[in-house]
Amino acid sequence: MIEVEIISGRTIDQGKTVEEKLSEEYFKAVSYCEMNEMDFKKLGLKEGDRVKVKTEFGEVVVFAKIGELPRGVIFIPMGPYANQVISDDTDGTGMPRFKGVRGIVEKTEENVKSVRELLGVE
Amino acid sequence: MDAVCTFCGNVCDDVEFDVNTQKGKRFCALGLAKFREKERIKSPMVDGKEVSYEEAIEKAAEILVSSKKPLLYGWASTVNEAIRYGVILTEKVRGVYDQCASVCHAPGTLAVIEEGIPGGSLGAIKNRADVVIFWGSNPLEAHPRHPTRYSVMAKGFLIKDRKDRKVIVVDVRKTKSAKMADKFVQIKPGYDYAIISALRALVKGEDIEANEVGGVPKEELAELADIMKNAKYGVILYGLGVTQSRGRDRNIENAVKLIQLLNRYARWIIWPMRGHYNVVGAGEVPAWEVGYQYAIDFSRGYPRFSPAEFSAVEMLLRKDCDAMLVVSSDPAAHFPRRAVEHMKNIPVIQIDPFPNMTTLLSNVIIPSAVAGIEAEGWAYRMDGIPVRVKKLVDSPYWSDEKILKEMLRIVEEKLEG
Repeated sequence: MIEVEIISGRTIDQGKTVEEKLSEEYFKAVSYCEMNEMDFKKLGLKEGDRVKVKTEFGEVVVFAKIGELPRGVIFIPMGPYANQVISDDTDGTGMPRFKGVRGIVEKTEENVKSVRELLGVE
Repeated sequence: MDAVCTFCGNVCDDVEFDVNTQKGKRFCALGLAKFREKERIKSPMVDGKEVSYEEAIEKAAEILVSSKKPLLYGWASTVNEAIRYGVILTEKVRGVYDQCASVCHAPGTLAVIEEGIPGGSLGAIKNRADVVIFWGSNPLEAHPRHPTRYSVMAKGFLIKDRKDRKVIVVDVRKTKSAKMADKFVQIKPGYDYAIISALRALVKGEDIEANEVGGVPKEELAELADIMKNAKYGVILYGLGVTQSRGRDRNIENAVKLIQLLNRYARWIIWPMRGHYNVVGAGEVPAWEVGYQYAIDFSRGYPRFSPAEFSAVEMLLRKDCDAMLVVSSDPAAHFPRRAVEHMKNIPVIQIDPFPNMTTLLSNVIIPSAVAGIEAEGWAYRMDGIPVRVKKLVDSPYWSDEKILKEMLRIVEEKLEG
């Protein structure tokens, strides 16, 4: 388990599939987190492994990838997976904190939910 | 056919698209994905049953009229004409109007209310800017043609060559955009405010006591302050890295103050990198109609602005709306988990061309024509310049404008009756 700060944001693949949210391509584009190579190794991860990300606002299982990030920072593309764990407190602005939320990451054997399962609808 | 791209805030008006061969010219990857054919919502639906447009609009009007406080949300990916009907509709049903900027660039709106904005157009940046700073923005992934058309490689009246321009990226991650910059300043998440404050001190000629601020060594900050002060025409193009992090509106306020200060030495502007093609219109249209840009409540019969109460996320978290109309947007995918929960408990009406996560929660679904391909209208480019988006092909789908005009007519009938 490692402590992290979570940021979310656009990627080119998220943008390309944003009007096809029920497709496999969109699922692939948004259901992962990138982390520093050292953090990836510390968690004993291999390509295709999954991690559980937890914050005080919720938790989510996503695929783990190595990305160009500082140690202790993970990136999840903007979308339903990131939104399970980001801060819903808007400080009176209307804007939730989509970037810079503290949480933990651990290796898991649990499956990554589909967007329908995440939403809890059929 | 000559087209105008309706994906991002660049609203590129130099593209071509052939609807028969599905091929385009000069598009970026995002624009091309937008224009290509994809799965559509096939028919209007009420509670899972296919119905006619008239029946779906009738049901939607009934929900809006019978609810105490409906939330009418979205608007960033449609044209001004449709948004105008949306604002009037919200007023008629005494609901709350909110738009995508609420979870995007609205903190900039709050900062502008406090500080004003020293702004400029994309044309001014292209022609004049010799220092371009992307702060918490990643144009290569969010606005791929921005660097070539306006801000990095673009050749203008005074800027003849890429070498005439210094490009700096300030970000938490080493993004694709960071790699095209002359200088990348890597900061810790949530330290934008502190770094801007340090830059303000340094630009003023004051010293700072700390050796580093937000992960940036003092020497690097001093160098950045120096570049800023010595610019002929500088611009900060900020993104959601600044508005969605700790500090939010206060970050933008502080950045505007930095720009005001820099204007004592050089010409500087600051501008947000707006995301959806008409998210500016989603704020400007209600501003010309009723005076505010977002989080507008009409429940007392006149408009009131208060993001702490009337922004969509706050309304949903407080369970303060009993119905929702979602237009050209997908809050079920883009709102925090707890806000989405309330959407499951209230009737939701959706107007959109494509099935998305909000479709899965909607009671009434009304498919619409895609503006820029199947419908025309006005949109504001990210710098506030109005651009007419085109219709390239006839379609069986009604435009957002037509759907909302009809919905307004029926709502008025019901209210009078």
